[in-house]
Formats: sequence, C-alpha cells, structure tokens
Amino acid sequence: MTALITESRLADPDRTYRALIEAHRGLSDEDSAALNSRLVLILANHIGEHSVLQEAIALAKQSMEPVEPASE
Amino acid sequence: MGRIMNTRKILYQYGYHRCPDQDRASPARHSVIIVGAGPVGLCTAIDLAQRRIPVVLLDDADRIGEGSRGICYAKRTLEILDRLGVGNLCLEKGVTWKVGKVFQGNDLLYAFDLLPEDGHKMPAFINLQQYYLEHALVERAAALPNLEIRWCNKVVDLKHRNDGATLTVETPEGTYKFDTDWVVAADGARSPLRGMLGLAFQGEAFEDRFLIADVKMKGNFPPERWFWFDPPFHEGHSALLHKQPDDVWRIDLQLGRDANVKAEQAPERVIPRLRQMLGHDNFSLEWVSVYTFQCRRLERFVHGRVVFVGDAAHQVSPFGARGANSGIQDADNLAWKLAIVLKGEAPESLIESYNLERSAAADENIGHSTRSTDFIAPRSAQELRFRDATLALARHASFAKRMVNSGRLSMPSTYDTPLSTPDADSWSGSARLGAPLPDAPLHDQNGRPIWLLDAIGGEETILHVPNGTQPPKGSRVLVIGSDLFDNQGFFAQRFDASPGSTYLVRPDQHLAARWRHGTPSLLESASRRLRGFEGGHA
Repeated sequence: MTALITESRLADPDRTYRALIEAHRGLSDEDSAALNSRLVLILANHIGEHSVLQEAIALAKQSMEPVEPASE
Repeated sequence: MGRIMNTRKILYQYGYHRCPDQDRASPARHSVIIVGAGPVGLCTAIDLAQRRIPVVLLDDADRIGEGSRGICYAKRTLEILDRLGVGNLCLEKGVTWKVGKVFQGNDLLYAFDLLPEDGHKMPAFINLQQYYLEHALVERAAALPNLEIRWCNKVVDLKHRNDGATLTVETPEGTYKFDTDWVVAADGARSPLRGMLGLAFQGEAFEDRFLIADVKMKGNFPPERWFWFDPPFHEGHSALLHKQPDDVWRIDLQLGRDANVKAEQAPERVIPRLRQMLGHDNFSLEWVSVYTFQCRRLERFVHGRVVFVGDAAHQVSPFGARGANSGIQDADNLAWKLAIVLKGEAPESLIESYNLERSAAADENIGHSTRSTDFIAPRSAQELRFRDATLALARHASFAKRMVNSGRLSMPSTYDTPLSTPDADSWSGSARLGAPLPDAPLHDQNGRPIWLLDAIGGEETILHVPNGTQPPKGSRVLVIGSDLFDNQGFFAQRFDASPGSTYLVRPDQHLAARWRHGTPSLLESASRRLRGFEGGHA
C-alpha cells in the first residue's frame, strides 16, 4: 500500500500551479466549482488507491483547521 | 420504505378461523411462532415446515392488497424460492430481464447487460409484483401439514422467558395467550415487536420524497430497466421505469424534499407527468403512492429467543432491490439453524451466527443503498456538482461510467464466519468459501438433467470427486461421477475440481469447507463447526 506523498514531486511547481490558475481564469464561481469537481474525480481515479485518497482528504481537512500560534 | 399514503384494494382475501389455542384452559406451547405473513415471514415458515418443524404464522391482517411494492427478485433469492417450492411459479409469471439503460437528459449514457453466464437454472433477475409472490407462498404454506397460518391474529404483548416467550394475541373474538420456544419477528419496517421490546432502530433517514406508480399499458416496450438522471419530462430529478407482468410498468419519480405529498398523488397531477414521460396517454393508473425511506438497522437481530428478520431487522432504500431480497436471504440463513437447534443437533449458540452473518449482510446492503441514494439524491450544491461531474465525465471516460450509481443490484453475501473452515489449499473457479454455491447443470444416474442446487436441496451435503480411494462418510454424500455426472464440465470449472476434491455444503447451500484431499477427521471437524460447535470440537 502506498502512502500519500507530500514531498514535492513536480519538476516545475510554478508551472503546474499556473496551469490550474489558467484553467479557472474567466470562469464564474459555479463553473470553477464544476471544473474542480471533474478534476478531483479524474485525479482520484488516477491515484487509484482508496487509502491514498483518504489521506489526501485528511490532509486537506487538517489544513482548514485554525492554526495554533506556534509556541517557542 | 415508509409509505405516506396507503389505500389499497384487496386482491386476495383470507379468512380468520378460531383456533384450539383460544379455547384452552392453560396456554398452549409451540416451538416457533412467526409474526408477519409477508414474503420473509412466509419463507421462514415454509423453510422450517419443510425441515419438519411445526410452525404457527400470525398476521394481523387477512388479505393481500394491491400495490406492486417489492418487484425485483435476484438470482440467489430465486434459488431460495425454488428450494421452498415456488421457484417455477415465479419464473413463469415473472418478467425476466437483464438489460439496464441509464440516461442523462435525452441521451443514453450507457447500457448494462447482467448477462448471466450459461449453466444456471435461475436468471439474474425477474420482476414480479409482491402480491403474486405472497399469494404463491400462502398457497405453498397451505400445502404443508405442519404449518398453520392464523389471520387476524395481532400480537399485543410479548414477555421474555428464559426458555422462550409468552405472547398475547388479539383476534376478532378476543385475546388469548400461548408460550413458544422461539419467536421470529417478521413484522415489517414498523415492527410492533421491536417496539414491544423497546429496541432502537438506528440509521439515516433521507428527506427526498419519491412517487411510485403502477401503470398499465400495452405496447411493444422492451423488458429493460431504464433510469434517467434529469430527464426532460422531470427536470432536475430522477426517474425509473421497470416492466412487470400483466403489462404493468413500475415508475419511480424523485419528487425532492419539499414536494406536497397529497397533491403529488392526485391523478390530475400524476397523469400529465406520466404522459410526458411515456410520450402518449394510452395507459391507465393502477396504483400510486409517495414514499420516503430510511437506511437503518437493529444493533442486534437476536434478543433472547426473539429473532428479527427482514424489514423488522433492517431497512434500506429501494435502489438496488435489497429489501425483499435480503429479507428472504435472512429467512434462508435462519431456518436451518433454528431447525437443528430445535432438534437438538446443534447448540443454541448457533443462532448467534445468524446475527453475525446477516448483520454483515445488512451492513453491506445499507452501504450500497446509502451510496446509491447519495448519488441519486445529492444533498448539497457540491454533492450535486460531483454527481453531475461524474455523469458528464461518463461520456468521455470509462472510470466515470463505473461511478454512475443508479442502484447496485442485489448480490448474495459471502459470509466471513466461524462456521466456515478456512481453506488450507488454494482454489480458483467461481465457488467461494462462505458464498452460496454456483449452480451447475449435471445429470443423474438415469441420465436425466439435474441442477446442482436441486440435487443439494436443503441438507448438509458432502460433494466428492473420486480419486480411487474410499469416498468420505457423512450424513449425505454426493459423488461426482456416480451420483451426479458433470458431462459439460461446468462443475469442474466452477469448483476448480480435481480427483479427490471434497466440498462441505451448508443446509443453506453456502460453501462451508473444501479440501483437495479431505480426511474423515477433517470432514467431521468441519461438519461440527458448521453446526456451531466451536472450533469443530464438542
């Protein structure tokens, strides 16, 4: 079973990020959400492992929690 | 499903009769009382009676009403009904179908073919109005001398005792009491017995309302299951069309959350909708109802000597035909266990395996049915986006087609159970440990064709492929090549059989154990294990 990879794997992260921005440029919020839904499904199928998707969901949810101030 | 409206015409009328129990000075004592003469109660009663256990079946009504209700019967259910003596009747009357089509808007998204492989007695599915099945089962029950149906006998009180229960029953001529060793509660989704025991029925309720209609129309329409997402005749919702016998069609329309239940059932509302859907008005409306549904279950199906089966134990949404099918599979699982416990051939703890095996099956069914419902009736804007994204992608990519969920049709459960003896050898083929045996066409000693499942019937059976050594001993042994002949090779292929292969089959036709070379002590131990003697030892 593979684990979710969180180290960078992209040769050119800026270019990948830009591709996502371009895909959404000019779209209404509703169309953007529809596009994202399709992307999530396509990418989930490409990942092909339920457990990796679960880890990705957990990471995404974790990043939505309020950040605790760092204690030093 | 929780019906909101239910005014049904009477199709079959049975009669209340006074029974001797009502005139006894002290309460009678019975072995098994079954409460509820729906398909599940009837199947349990017939199965027990066929196993020579005397049964009394109580029902609070005395009739079968109109309304097709459960209409899809899956292959495994048909095999069980066949063992109970009504299989041919169902096949003759029912509509056999295997093609399903899924539409979005006007367009066909994809078609599926349940294409049963050759060499099975029963088809993948038939559609049959529930009242026909119930009537056939009542007739079959009447032919069994040790099965008594008491109509208009309503259980109003249940008291547990250590060795059974005492029931108080209300009839048109007053109440009476009797004692029973076991009670099977088959009293439906609103189970009064569940209420009497104060048991919680937990799960998820869905807010969407659905209209269900039986429509009579003649014409050359194919016997297929058609499902629409967002059809032009019913925008923003789903629709389902299914063929039943007698030129009756079942139509399910999703109405949404805020639908006015009363107004939606009015013929002046229903008929124009159907006219739009069917493209003509050459039909008559036979029955209409609005329902909501729940996916929920009892935490345990066995409470002392009271055992819950069917909708009384678990409820699912109608998508996937899992209600009646899983209920009849409950009956199939329970009857043989109860019979051998009552005969003293198995410990009472065997009944706990009913709880274990059918709880797992209920969870499987609730899981499938909940996921279908999520897809068919999304609850938020984003759920709807995911759903619509899947439908849109389905036209372009095969992975998305597999995600489209218009109901995953009922399949039998493979039991992961202490009654099975784990495989020590490796096996291919379609037979799986804990699953019902795949059927196979064979010939008997006189050269007549016989189906494997007919040959096995309802008894614990050893199937053996000879290899020159002494065949195994057991209460019932069928030897391939002397009792049964595998002329077409289906058995060898489906069971991955080789000389010496030996299979132990439970009385409900599930595979309990198998060996490449079984020894008498292995067989004896596996047989004890399947009867609930822990670890196969006394």
